Order: sequence, then structure tokens, then C-alpha cells
Amino acid sequence: MLDDFMVRATLAGIGVALAAAPLGSFVVWRRMAYFGDATAHAAILGVALALSLQISIFAGATAVALLMAVTVTRLSGRGYAMDTLLGVLAHSALAFGLVAVSFLSGIRIDLMAYLFGDILSVSKADLAVIWGGASLVAGLIAWRWSALLTTTLNDDLAHASGIDPKREQMVLTLALAVTVAVAIKVVGVLLIAAMLIVPAAAARPLSRTPEAMALIAALIGSVSAVAGLSGAYMLDTPAGPSIVCVAAIVFALTSLLSPALARR
Amino acid sequence: MSLISAEGVSIRYGAKTVLSNVSLAIAPGEIVTIVGPNGSGKTSLLRALIGATAPSKGRVRHQPGLRVGYVPQSLHIDPTLPMPVGRFLRLPGGISRAEARAALERAGVQGLEDQQMSALSGGQFQRVLLARALANRPQVLLLDEATRGLDQPGSAAFYRRIEELRRETGCAVLMISHELHVVMAASDRVICLNGHVCCEGTPDVVSSAPEYRALFGTGTGGALALYRHEHTHRHDHDHDHDHAHDHSEAAE
Repeated sequence: MLDDFMVRATLAGIGVALAAAPLGSFVVWRRMAYFGDATAHAAILGVALALSLQISIFAGATAVALLMAVTVTRLSGRGYAMDTLLGVLAHSALAFGLVAVSFLSGIRIDLMAYLFGDILSVSKADLAVIWGGASLVAGLIAWRWSALLTTTLNDDLAHASGIDPKREQMVLTLALAVTVAVAIKVVGVLLIAAMLIVPAAAARPLSRTPEAMALIAALIGSVSAVAGLSGAYMLDTPAGPSIVCVAAIVFALTSLLSPALARR
Repeated sequence: MSLISAEGVSIRYGAKTVLSNVSLAIAPGEIVTIVGPNGSGKTSLLRALIGATAPSKGRVRHQPGLRVGYVPQSLHIDPTLPMPVGRFLRLPGGISRAEARAALERAGVQGLEDQQMSALSGGQFQRVLLARALANRPQVLLLDEATRGLDQPGSAAFYRRIEELRRETGCAVLMISHELHVVMAASDRVICLNGHVCCEGTPDVVSSAPEYRALFGTGTGGALALYRHEHTHRHDHDHDHDHAHDHSEAAE
């Protein structure tokens, strides 16, 4: 069954969607959308480094994404507005990454595959990495769920309950770096933030509890992956962007429905 | 032994010292109020007591296993986060649905479990915050201007509730308030803060202390006297006859 590239692609898409849904919910609740973007864009630099050092792309991307996330966390509150800081870092990281890739002579590198993903070429080994990383992220978030939610509400409430908000922020940062690294193959660095945010945002009008929102986001993400892939297959469109398009259409539908849902 | 104490606590943010050498201890069952002008370090002190700010000098001690209920000054819940009241009460965990329901009842807002936090009125929201603080049966309740945004009858009712809760559950209360006239009458002890402890003692002692007068003027003393007409059990009249007519600055 795994010998069929469409099956592998579908499983890869679902794997990323399942990890991205709970994490993406926190990204939305904590207004970290730009943060996700910056981390994802930094990953292209990680890819370039991994290729030149001949280490695994997953490791390189995770390391640089983590470095970026930690840098942003440290720099926040030092005089720049967060969106300015992230705007600077996200686009600089992308630019440096693209320049670094151009130095890689001798290695043939398909830049488009890293920018927009190459889900149809997912191998069995890739699939193992994706599902391994996704399980790690989902497990980490499930384990810290209540502490993360309390911290998201208010840092002082967390302290009063014996929760260290900095530690919980670190959990999210780590989860974000791993998610970015596993999602490169599926949607590429430019669209990872979309996989995080769009399904969660689409789930919001349908949800009355945080748990429901994460689960519905996972469902919407998975459906988007399956529908996007079959759409790409039938219409011969790029696979990663097609997945994001389906998620965006679901978002548009639930947003239009939300006034009606609010009256329930 | 005191439930929670600060010993010589100083807090500095960068080069700015907001608190220097503050010591206080909260005994079981007592209601202590911190008063002080804006920027006097009241919130910083409370945050140090819950462990959210590390003192640059001195230390904060909790009785081992102390259960703290904390009501923050304000709480913004992002509209993208769906949060029913019942779920909010059970965060971060260890509270059953029945306990959450009981806590809502104790805070005087029973039956709100299924409401979204975003749908609550200001008064309901503050009481739900109080309910959450009560849910784990705290030994000490810390309130940071918990009546912010409530009108005067609303905040008076809120503080009456606090006093009743102390009677029912025996929990100690440490609160910050701007509403001197209401709060001082309800407190066992008042600590007047202005970067350091200016004066402390029973409401009577503090309201007649020169340090307190220097910060708040005599108007609040007048309001306290006014309030005391209803609560005649704490008679100590001889020091504030002269300003009982001056109520104009009473509210702040």
C-alpha cells in the first residue's frame, strides 16, 4: 500500500495536519502567527546548511528553526514591536537562506521543492520522519495541554498555579521547530504557517471549547490534505498549495456561517 | 506559622527600584489590605508573592503545600479562544465539575458553567475569576484590584462576599484596593505601601498615621469615619473628629 506515491503523500499530509492542528490552535490563541512564519522561513537556511554539511535536512531545519524561535523569544520586549521584530527576522532569514542555497555549488538543489513542498515525492523514510515528528509534537502538546492553556490565559494565573510560563513557551517553541521541519516536505517553508493557522481559524466558529477547536482543526486539516491532493491529481496543480487552498475555502465557509453559529 | 511571607523583599526592573525592603506575613484567616498610590509597587509585591517576579533581594516563603487562590487585576481572553466558564474553572486541573459548580455558587454566580467567558458581563467576569480562585479551596486568597470596572454597589457586594467567604472557609485574604473606604472597614490589617511599607496596622491606626495622611490626604479618613457609623463595633473615635465633614476625595 505504501508503494503508491499517492498513499504516501496522503499519509504525509494527514500526519502534518494532525500535528499542526493543536499547535496551530495555540499559535492562533497566543497571536503567534508571525512567529510561526519567522520560524518556518528560517528553516530554508537550515536546509542550506544541512545540504552543505551533508547532515539530514530534518536535523538542519529543526536546529535552525529552533534557533530562530529562541532568538525571537529572547529579543521580544527589547524596544521593537513584536510584528516589526518578526517581520525583520522572518524575511532576513528567508533571504539569507536563499543566498546560502545559491552558494551550494556541485549539489543540484530544487529550491522550489523546499519553498513549496514536494509531497508527491515523499519516501517511506520521509513518512517515518513525518509521523515520528508529528507524534512527538502531538504527544508533547497533549501532555502539557492544561498548563499550556493556563499560560495562554494569563502568565500570572499560571504562576499562581505553580506553572512556569517560560517553560510552557519553550514547549511550544520546540513543537513549532519540529513541526516546521517535518512540514517542509509537505507544503514547503512558505506555506507552513498556513497549515498551522488556517485549519485552526476555520475551526473557531464551530467550537465551544479549546479541546473541540483543536480536534476540529485536525479534522479540517486532514480533509484539506486529502481533498487538496486529489484536486492536485485531477487538475494537475501543485500539491502543497492545493492543500492550503482547500483549507482556505473551508475557512471562508465557516467564517460565512459564523454569524449563524453564534446565534445557537 | 504564617501562610505566606515576604522577608526584606526588594524588586528592581532594570535600574528602577519599585520595592525596597518589604516584609509582611499573612496569618491564617486574616484579611489584609494593601493600599498605596499608583506606581507604589502593590502589584509587583503581589506578583512576587505568587512567584511571578523574582525579588532582587530578600525572599518569599510559602507554607509547604500552600494552596493559593489568585485573582488578577485584569484578564484578557483572546476572542479566538473558545472558553466556557466551567472549563476555565477547571484549569489547570484537579478540580471536578461538582467542585467547579460549588465554587461558582460560593462566588455568587451559580449556573454559568456553559456560558462562554466572552459572553459574561463585567461583574460576572470578576466573580468567575473569584470562583476560579476559590475552586481549589485556597488557604490564602490574593486579590489584585478585583473590583476593577465594577460600580460602587457592585464592588461593595463583592467585598461583602469576600468577608463572608473568610467566615465560611477560614481562608486568609490579601488584597490590593483603591476603594479605601470600603476596603479599610472590612480589613483586619492595612499595609500602606509606597515603594516601601509606610505604615501598617489596624485600619484605625493606619488612617490616622501621618504617613498615610501624606499620601491620601484626610478625605479618606473622613469616608472611613462615615463608614464607621454603620459599623460601630470598632470604636476608636478620638482622632478623626476634625475631618469627618470632608468627603470630597473619598473615592480614590
